[in-house]
Amino acid sequence: MANGVDNVVNQVRENRIWRSIFRSGSGDSNLRRSLFVQQNVFLHLFSIKTRKRVLEFSATWYLGALTFGTFLILVITGILLMLYYHPSVPQAYADMKDLQYVVSSGVFLRNLHRWSAHAMVFLVFAHMFKVFYRGAYRTPREFNWIIGVILLLVTLLLSYTGYLLPWDQLAYWAVTVGSNIASAVPLMGAKIRFLMLGGTAVNANALLRFYVLHCVILPVAAVIFIAVHFWRIRKDGGIYPGESASEVSSK
Amino acid sequence: MSAPKDFVAVVDSDARKTPRRIAFITKRSSPQVHVKDEDRVMTYPEVFFRVVVAVEIMTAALVIVALLWDAPLEGLADPMHTPNPAKAPWYFLGLQELLHYFPPVVAGVLIPGLVVMALIVIPYFKINVEAEGLWLRDKAKRLRIFGIVVVLFCIFLAVFDVWVALVPTLIVAGFMLLAAQTDPQTAQGFRRWLVRKPLSFWVMTWFLVELVVLTAIGTFFRGPGWSWALPWRA
Repeated sequence: MANGVDNVVNQVRENRIWRSIFRSGSGDSNLRRSLFVQQNVFLHLFSIKTRKRVLEFSATWYLGALTFGTFLILVITGILLMLYYHPSVPQAYADMKDLQYVVSSGVFLRNLHRWSAHAMVFLVFAHMFKVFYRGAYRTPREFNWIIGVILLLVTLLLSYTGYLLPWDQLAYWAVTVGSNIASAVPLMGAKIRFLMLGGTAVNANALLRFYVLHCVILPVAAVIFIAVHFWRIRKDGGIYPGESASEVSSK
Repeated sequence: MSAPKDFVAVVDSDARKTPRRIAFITKRSSPQVHVKDEDRVMTYPEVFFRVVVAVEIMTAALVIVALLWDAPLEGLADPMHTPNPAKAPWYFLGLQELLHYFPPVVAGVLIPGLVVMALIVIPYFKINVEAEGLWLRDKAKRLRIFGIVVVLFCIFLAVFDVWVALVPTLIVAGFMLLAAQTDPQTAQGFRRWLVRKPLSFWVMTWFLVELVVLTAIGTFFRGPGWSWALPWRA
């Protein structure tokens, strides 16, 4: 039985059309496994081989991978939510009610998006502290740490702009509190707040701006920086293996 | 000069056909390198499959949470009706707690700005990279500086009535003093671990404790007018 499945899988992988798409081909050799990573535009961000030690749970707690996992959930549920959402006042709130009472699994979709968003913010912080306490920011990984700080800010902004979209009391006043802080910036505080909200108060213009930021600008920025973040892991010598191994003793 | 060689030395750009290793040994480094070739595994399938399993487990957990608990949804936004208290999202509640004590330009602009700047410069500080235990050298001098900084900072917090930030500061400072009182040669267990911690560890740990304490207070223990409230009496 298992042999039969293997044969079918191998036949598919040797098929001419399949081979024209995925060049790695069939077989169990390490060459094929290397090509699987190397010949794929997305996977080739990663190295072909990985130190065995960094796979242990204690090394990373898989926090970076889990953060990316929440991001994927958020992209998928977010696109589905966009199908039922109008960024206008007061239709936005009516759409929330529709998600609750009209759309199939609408409540589940919104719940999953909301809880995953909280999880992502938490995981980004956890990932940062884990990286710090391991000392994984040291040379040559300094710049990837900075990319990580940028991604932390992008994540906070993503969560904050998403917070307004339901247009309920919770959203409205949370964003009002936040935008008042922006106006405390010396000299140009009022201008920054005006730019942020598209007006002097949180209103329909602010909702549209936050919607565009939340659904287009910030996700694109996140994808770009995530790609660089992953690629730099490979370029900087793989996941930080810990002090004892990277230490080249000259004593 | 001598007899013709039976090979030709060329520089070839094809590393696969002509593999060579060159080691430059400078005066500063010795050729005795203790690092051995580490065990490596193929990223596909070993790493990808583990990551997929980890993400699947997390997704299952989030799906269960989403099935059991509904996301909050209050009434339609009403600019004329301010809820009391009006709270920012939870990850900003530490800042909002500070807004209660300091003017907005300090709590809302200066402090978060300094935090971001501090995070960015972490990898470029030599002291972080060397990661030497804080009390292992110049102990007397460092204790003096530490004492002055902590006392001044605590007076500053007390003047602004920021007891919620003062208490965590004192706790972390207490552990730093405990580390300073530990003999690195004879200490065992937790104190041995503590005495080897560098300055960057202490600063980051202080930041982490403040972040958690302030966020938790803002989230759970603040009620109408930002007065103290107990979460179970809401």
